[in-house]
Amino acid sequence: MDLTLSLILQIFYVIANLALISLGLAIIFGMMRVINLAHGEFLMLGGYTVVVATNNGVNLWFAMLVLAPVVVGAIGVVVERLLIRWLYGRMIDTLLATWGLSLFFIGIITTIFGASTSTTISPPLGVVSIGEYTSSGYEMLLIGITAGLLVAVYLVLKYTALGLVARGTMQNPDMAAALGVSTSRIYMITFGLGAAISGFAGGLLAPVTGVLPTIGAIYIAKAFITVISGGASILAGTASASILLGGINGVVTFLTGPTLGEVALLAAAIILLRFMPTGITGRLFRKSQ
Amino acid sequence: MNGMFGQFRGTLFAALLALIFTIAAPSILEFFTIITLTQVIGLSILALSLALIWGYGGILCFGQTAFFGLGAYSYAIAAVNIGGSTGAMFIAVAVAAAFAAVLGYFAFYGKISDVYLAVITLTVSLIMYSLIRRTSGPEYKIGDALLGGFNGTGAPPLNVPGNAGAVLFPEHTFYVAMVALILLYVFCGWLVNTHFGRVCVSIRENEIRAELLGYDTRAYKLGIFTVGAAVAAIGGIFFCIGVTRVTPDVFSLGQASLTIIWVIVGGRGTLAGPVLAAFGLYYLTASLGTQQVVNTSLVLGIILIAFVLLAPRGVVPGIEKLATARRAGRRNRAKERRMRLRKPRGGISEDRHETG
Repeated sequence: MDLTLSLILQIFYVIANLALISLGLAIIFGMMRVINLAHGEFLMLGGYTVVVATNNGVNLWFAMLVLAPVVVGAIGVVVERLLIRWLYGRMIDTLLATWGLSLFFIGIITTIFGASTSTTISPPLGVVSIGEYTSSGYEMLLIGITAGLLVAVYLVLKYTALGLVARGTMQNPDMAAALGVSTSRIYMITFGLGAAISGFAGGLLAPVTGVLPTIGAIYIAKAFITVISGGASILAGTASASILLGGINGVVTFLTGPTLGEVALLAAAIILLRFMPTGITGRLFRKSQ
Repeated sequence: MNGMFGQFRGTLFAALLALIFTIAAPSILEFFTIITLTQVIGLSILALSLALIWGYGGILCFGQTAFFGLGAYSYAIAAVNIGGSTGAMFIAVAVAAAFAAVLGYFAFYGKISDVYLAVITLTVSLIMYSLIRRTSGPEYKIGDALLGGFNGTGAPPLNVPGNAGAVLFPEHTFYVAMVALILLYVFCGWLVNTHFGRVCVSIRENEIRAELLGYDTRAYKLGIFTVGAAVAAIGGIFFCIGVTRVTPDVFSLGQASLTIIWVIVGGRGTLAGPVLAAFGLYYLTASLGTQQVVNTSLVLGIILIAFVLLAPRGVVPGIEKLATARRAGRRNRAKERRMRLRKPRGGISEDRHETG
């Protein structure tokens, strides 16, 4: 019983982790149909923001919950204005430019902070015990925060003026522009929001994984796979792909160890895309956000 | 037909230059440079493979390193187990091509979009990277070959076919690698001018139109993708022979980005451009690696962004365009001169006609 509960919690954590690292990418992908290859570096920058801020005496919670998304969101807006907006309609060039951006960020951070960091933050909140098994309290908090974040994005998309305009632009940018919406501004805002959520996720994960200039690489494979398996709708796509792939990853990891967990995740995604080439939400739940 | 042979003649000319370089190299370069060159040749074959499938096939493969690394690992493992390099090379190429065929089947027959394919291939390479890094420890071995995890595994040197004891000297390995590069270059140049190659180019230009003309675009894409993977695997073999080891870094994000940068800088739609870019950027990054002021990733990132924004066609097509523009200009000027010369004569004859 305790084992089952602990296992379920572990699988929930894997799913939440996938959703958390993918949501920022999914927002940008859903809006512009472009995979932001600098996504891993946005996560990395969020992590660095938290580490630098706490080293300078800022409260850890404030750094994670406020500072990381604000800083990375601002970087995202700057990137969109200086680089991405020149490349609208040139999808492949956008991919390549964001890849260049990813190398650029890795280079900058390595130059400033060095190839490895000396300080790490330990995850707060200690351990929670379930019968004879223990689980990290921080992991449970992350599950809760991820669920909250998904709900918040849903509410923004569904019930605010910005969400309405963003959904309209997503469905038909030309029509939205003809109706007087500044699509360029919407793209800037969504890119900034996507970056902010990525920074938020990176900041939250920094205590678990530590920070390194190249740490983005460990996230992106899973985040990319989740987003393209999910398809174009931001929330339904991220949630359904995270549940499916995270579930498979969690179960295989439990059965055979972490080595094959990621391989199973990838294989499942490739087979899924053979039958649903535009992702889960390309075929199912088409009307969802 | 004439135009096709004209293009292929350019390929043969470039191959001839490379052959002259090969013969001259050992007498003008230092011994150490020759040893390094073998691994750079491996990398340039990787560049060639991506130039073929991206530049001509239009297939956006961000993880060509997956086949490169798979070729390198398969060679090392097979050579240790067989005890000779010749058979191991064939096994390595077959493994990479078979893997590409399976992956390509899912991608092309599922009709996934360009962006998805780019991301899937990159992810495959990255997951191989994290998979192979975890294989340290004596329990991870294939036959007699330990996988070695983070530290990688030793790659046996080349030997004379049929005689595992007769190991080649570094200069001879360099010759073999260079000849392989030249042959593969000529092969790719030939392939893109065959019927198959031209259908692939037409798919790159407009897939729906090619399909409506009755070509099974999925099969053509799968074909050129598999050939590209086999070429990349040969690159991997020579790379690991040059380094004498194969480490998980062949699958890494850094290696994947470099491969893309070679093709962007060299130019899509040429074969020689990316190969030369691989050589050029290797020496750039090697010289950047010796100093501490500017970070290599930073420079590569700026190069990639600058080329995408300012010179999306790359260096070699840019030069070609300039050259054809100049040639066209010269032709036009010559034509103008001829016209000017002819005109008065025509005028005179007309005058005569009128007076006569």
